[in-house]
Amino acid sequence: MSYDALSDAVIKGDINSATEETHKALEAGGNVQDILDQGLIAAMDVVGDQFSKGLMFVPQMLRSAKIMHECVELLKPHFQEGGVSTKGKVVLGTVKGDLHDIGKNLVAMMLEGAGFTILDLGVDVSPETFVQEVKKENAEIMGMSALLSTTMPAMSLTIKALVDAGVRDKVRVMIGGAPVTGKYAQEIGADSYAPDAGSAVIEAKKILNID
Amino acid sequence: MLIVGEKINTSTKSIAQAVQTSDAAFICKVARDQAAAGAHFIDVNAGTFLKEEVDYLPWLVETVQGAVDIPLCLDSPNPEALVKALECHKGEPMINSISLEEDRFRNLLPVVTSEPCKVVALCMTQTSMPTTADERIAVASELIERLTKAGVALERIYVDPLAQPVSVDVTMGSAVLQAIAGIMERFPGVNTICGLSNISYGLPARRLVNRTFLSLALAHGLSAAILDPTDKRLMANLLTSEMLLGHDEYCANFIDAYQSGGIEDD
Repeated sequence: MSYDALSDAVIKGDINSATEETHKALEAGGNVQDILDQGLIAAMDVVGDQFSKGLMFVPQMLRSAKIMHECVELLKPHFQEGGVSTKGKVVLGTVKGDLHDIGKNLVAMMLEGAGFTILDLGVDVSPETFVQEVKKENAEIMGMSALLSTTMPAMSLTIKALVDAGVRDKVRVMIGGAPVTGKYAQEIGADSYAPDAGSAVIEAKKILNID
Repeated sequence: MLIVGEKINTSTKSIAQAVQTSDAAFICKVARDQAAAGAHFIDVNAGTFLKEEVDYLPWLVETVQGAVDIPLCLDSPNPEALVKALECHKGEPMINSISLEEDRFRNLLPVVTSEPCKVVALCMTQTSMPTTADERIAVASELIERLTKAGVALERIYVDPLAQPVSVDVTMGSAVLQAIAGIMERFPGVNTICGLSNISYGLPARRLVNRTFLSLALAHGLSAAILDPTDKRLMANLLTSEMLLGHDEYCANFIDAYQSGGIEDD
């Protein structure tokens, strides 16, 4: 069964066609995991790639992500017990003292579109809260965002909190935000850095050795 | 409209390099170019250097004021850096910025009341960024009340209504524009100020978006802007907008600019 029409609709941002195609696929008895993987996640992979190349922009990315989310809602009642497979759990947040969340929200959307499970802690997240959530959820990845050079140091503090709690080696740390650089990521002992939401998906898959 | 020249910011590689190597000549040229292009204030920002900012900011103040005879906009969230910068500043500066974030307000209030200065008041609270026009006006009202109560003259307050990207939410443009109009109406005598680049984040053709936003903001009463005065097209838009709003007697500035090559019909 081909899900090209569905993924095209998601990429193009056509909500009506996307929901119609999702219904069609379900009625034809399509496998829910396949519809998700080939119709929706595959579409968001293309969106992320196009965004990274400067061929698609933030508003289109947002639109496609919203449409994908709606289609997933249509699939949910058909998920078998235990739900569908996830690529991994990602705890996300903007660091303590920082209220900016636009970038972080875009990353959340794109990672979700790629099939990760997102636990978004919001903004102004203390190191303790990050650590608690990582421990509670056994998260594979912890993502931190900061938009101000004055709040960046909280990233280092949060990594230290992971070390102190004895869980640093159980989670991969990814950071991003306007003043953040790959060099800074190395300096503070983060595992990865991504400059935008599209790259964040690529990096997340890389550090977990998924393709 | 009051123009604050934005170019001396260490988030720009060449400026960061010049600051680190104490290349006064480079900094002076950027300052002079902005002043010549019509800046009333020169913004200086060394915020990307967390540790060295306390030394870099005063150095910038002395260096820039050695080259131009206009006041500076001291752009820093760090009260220690601001105090040192204020000490060497000649004339009345602008301080960028104070907000309702508790630590920031508490630490910066004594700085902005220590001597007469213009104050940029950013519409941010401890817990959130405003999304609607009404939220912005509410935060602005509280900021204005607390600042005037502490002795800052209304005319010295420049409210920044916090422009956010339209790429993320298309209501962000009108929210800021209506906030500007609302603030100017509710507090006659107050000023509003805006940076131009946030609005276009995530979109292509950002310069077009930014300069169109400037025109719209002026029409809603914006009194000051932080921008690049050496951007010819931007300044041409500014001049044209001011004329269309009735601020250019006999269209003299506009025609002068046209005849001296500052404006092109494109």
